[in-house]
Amino acid sequence: MIRRVLPHPFLFVALLVMWLMLNQSLAPGTFLFGALVAFGGSWAMVALDPPKARLRLSRLPPALRLAGRVLIDVFRSNLAVARIILGGTERRTHSGFMTLRLDLTDRYGLAVLAIIMTCTPGTQWVHYDPARGTLLLHVLDLVDEREWANLIKQRYETLLREIFE
Amino acid sequence: MNEAPDLPLWAAVLVSLLVVAGAAITLIGSVGLVRLPDFYSRLHAPSLGATLGTGCILIGSMLCFGVLRDRLLIHEALIALFITITTPVTMMLLARASLYRDRVEGNRAAPEHDPEPTEP
Repeated sequence: MIRRVLPHPFLFVALLVMWLMLNQSLAPGTFLFGALVAFGGSWAMVALDPPKARLRLSRLPPALRLAGRVLIDVFRSNLAVARIILGGTERRTHSGFMTLRLDLTDRYGLAVLAIIMTCTPGTQWVHYDPARGTLLLHVLDLVDEREWANLIKQRYETLLREIFE
Repeated sequence: MNEAPDLPLWAAVLVSLLVVAGAAITLIGSVGLVRLPDFYSRLHAPSLGATLGTGCILIGSMLCFGVLRDRLLIHEALIALFITITTPVTMMLLARASLYRDRVEGNRAAPEHDPEPTEP
């Protein structure tokens, strides 16, 4: 019944909490306006009609593991890219495109992978082909393509499939 | 003029180190825009500022206001969240627009077809 008035109750709560956090106050005015914004936001989501995602507590440990890995990798690749930028001319010419076959098909999983790939300096998500299940990447330090393929598939894709499939 | 906030020395040193480190990393990223040879390589440079650069400055800010106990440390968390989920949108748009254009114009910067998938 609640979904007749509030189509995405979780989103409503999340938006309201975000609004209160941004304003850092619990005054009735802020609360009311936040509720209004959250209400509008959750109805706007109806128009986008996103596929259903399920939240399960059992997926929390792999998600935390993934977050830890990403933090470490982002730190390391920042240093690696900084070294390439400041290094000699020759170091900067190893960039190139590569394609990778992905077994992950869940849309949310792919979205998270896209964020990870793009946030990590050194790898750039360019194009995903859903029909063939392949991903076109641009890599700044493309010396060994197999190494990158292994890294992405083993470090991220396995965990993402655990979380989203 | 504003009074300088009353930070203990250790916190002041740590905060300044973090903020300067963040600024330096962001600067290296911007230098990369000049030094890297082609458009697709240049796409990698700004993410230095968007990840570790912002991260250092945000941790510095959290430390500063945590020690001063001025306010809760929520704004920094929200900034990190929003930067993380919005930067990739722009980057992917730029990359795909450039790929499309290069393919239509037949530029050699981009491969005409996707290379064969690399099997791990």
